[in-house]
Amino acid sequence: MSNRDAIVVENLTFQYPDTETPVLKNIHFTLKEGEVLGIIGRTGSGKTTLAMCLNRLVPTVIQGNLEGTISVFGQDISQRSVADMADKVGFVFQEPENQLSQMTVEEEIAFGMGNLGISREEMKYRIQETLKQVGLEGFEKRSPLALSGGQQQRLAIASVMAMRPSIMIMDEPTSMLDPRGKNEVYDVLRKIKTYGMTGVIIDHEVERMASYCDKILVLDDGEVIMFGTPKEVFSELTLLHEMEMNAPQVTELADRLRKELQIDVGSPITVEEAVKAFQIVSIK
Amino acid sequence: MEPFIKVTGVSHVYPNGVTAIQDVNLEIGEGEIVAVLGSNGSGKTTLVKHFNGLLKPTTGQVTVGNMNTKKERIAKLSSLVGYVFQNPNHQTFLPTVRQELYYGCKNLKISEEETEKRVKKAIELFELENLLDANPFDLNSSKRKEIGMASIMAISPKVVVLDEPTTGQDHKGCKRVLELVKMFHEHGHIVVLVTHDMQLIGELNCRVVIMNKSRKIADDRADVVFKNQELLKTADLQPPQVMELANQLTYLNRNESYLTIDSIVKWFKHNKKGLEEERKIGTGS
Ligand SMILES: Nc1ncnc2c1ncn2[C@@H]1O[C@H](COP(=O)(O)OP(=O)(O)OP(=O)(O)O)[C@@H](O)[C@H]1O
Ligand SMILES: [Mg+2]
Repeated sequence: MSNRDAIVVENLTFQYPDTETPVLKNIHFTLKEGEVLGIIGRTGSGKTTLAMCLNRLVPTVIQGNLEGTISVFGQDISQRSVADMADKVGFVFQEPENQLSQMTVEEEIAFGMGNLGISREEMKYRIQETLKQVGLEGFEKRSPLALSGGQQQRLAIASVMAMRPSIMIMDEPTSMLDPRGKNEVYDVLRKIKTYGMTGVIIDHEVERMASYCDKILVLDDGEVIMFGTPKEVFSELTLLHEMEMNAPQVTELADRLRKELQIDVGSPITVEEAVKAFQIVSIK
Repeated sequence: MEPFIKVTGVSHVYPNGVTAIQDVNLEIGEGEIVAVLGSNGSGKTTLVKHFNGLLKPTTGQVTVGNMNTKKERIAKLSSLVGYVFQNPNHQTFLPTVRQELYYGCKNLKISEEETEKRVKKAIELFELENLLDANPFDLNSSKRKEIGMASIMAISPKVVVLDEPTTGQDHKGCKRVLELVKMFHEHGHIVVLVTHDMQLIGELNCRVVIMNKSRKIADDRADVVFKNQELLKTADLQPPQVMELANQLTYLNRNESYLTIDSIVKWFKHNKKGLEEERKIGTGS
């Protein structure tokens, strides 16, 4: 895998107009090409604002005072418009309904590709491909408004995927998906990795993030509290609990066994790790 | 005893011709917690929207407390059945959070004293002190959903229907939803949940109704459902992570269900002594 930096954020501070304190405070991190970054943090910690800085929605559409620099593939993006960024950075919004604007499902997917100079043939192909990936085959002619909540969320993901961005940012993309759908979205993240694409996902699904993300960034009150591998971050349970956050269930379980019963199985963060760790205490 | 909610042979066809639920039969009794689970588009939201008359059956019949939902006015039903929408954009709100919280009680002519008590409790649980003058539409969707839940808490209707209450909620928000459900339950309300949150179901271990491709395919307790691999696969479900771990730890008690972190901690508590002896033998030889 290449070692190119996909995203470099330095000294990023952002403040909305008419507010006393910044929502993002002196943020630093670097994400390599092909990596998947998970952003976690409680409600109101600044996750969505941070993500929107990466495609220039903040501060060009959602205005305020931005300081610091963001580079995408080595280029400072401070002079770029949202439209400029669209071919590189795809964005799946938190509320799918707000993202959907077309009369039919297939037009919805074509819409995003419209400005990228893609041929009709290629568009048709990608519409079928992405509908299949998100499990919406057969819904081509349906109005996006006549879809269930989870189906709308699947459509919003498909229309961004069809644009094949180099960086895919998803803001709580699985919140309304059934468990299998959630797994499929995370599988897509793993897949885009193998194409050298880079992913950023905001979510509360710590169990899945622990096994699919390369890096986790913990945001609290606009500050980066931790940035590291899932192992590093989810082992810091005391810190997470102070922020009213949680680690994967298996990690929480191990922690309680250690604290309440002095049984030490380490800090597994996935089911596989936990199964191994718990064999230590195997009895007949 | 007659069930409080009775769904008999109900199908619903949307105006565009989509059949969203087919031939569903379901009875819900006083004081029950029922969770409706199933894949995206399986018909969960469509089903529960029949309970307060938001949708009427195309065929079949729904009765709530002996009222046929097809014949009653929505207003009468909605004092009996509170509904928090899956999509908070679809919920209508008054211009301030404060008005929103008081409105229901005023409408139902609940005494001022009682209203104060209820609203205060809701404000506390959802930590709305600083948001009382805010316009709900300026708040983000998870907060709006909480305001929907808070106002239902104030109205305190006999039946509470929560469509995906933990969606978009952080850890604390999810714990709060669990608390709310338990509180309604303790006070004798019927709670109907639609959810994809398997940890929530694990904590509640309640009755679950599973929808699949517009039909009801199962109706059983969560621990039974979570053990039925075939059913889980058909309905795109997955047990909570700790249960997946427990399934692979052969030394746990096979007759028990481990749906929560608590349940496994409890096993270790009871078996710790034996464990220590085993390990001593293990390392000694
Ligand atoms: N307004 C509508 N008009 C037409 N069809 C609809 C409408 N709303 C939902 N449907 C369709 O009805 C079926 C059931 O939808 P419903 O919203 O009940 O599903 P759900 O189980 O709640 O799904 P989710 O988990 O995604 O919320 C789906 O096929 C959906 O596409
Ligand atoms: Mg639904």
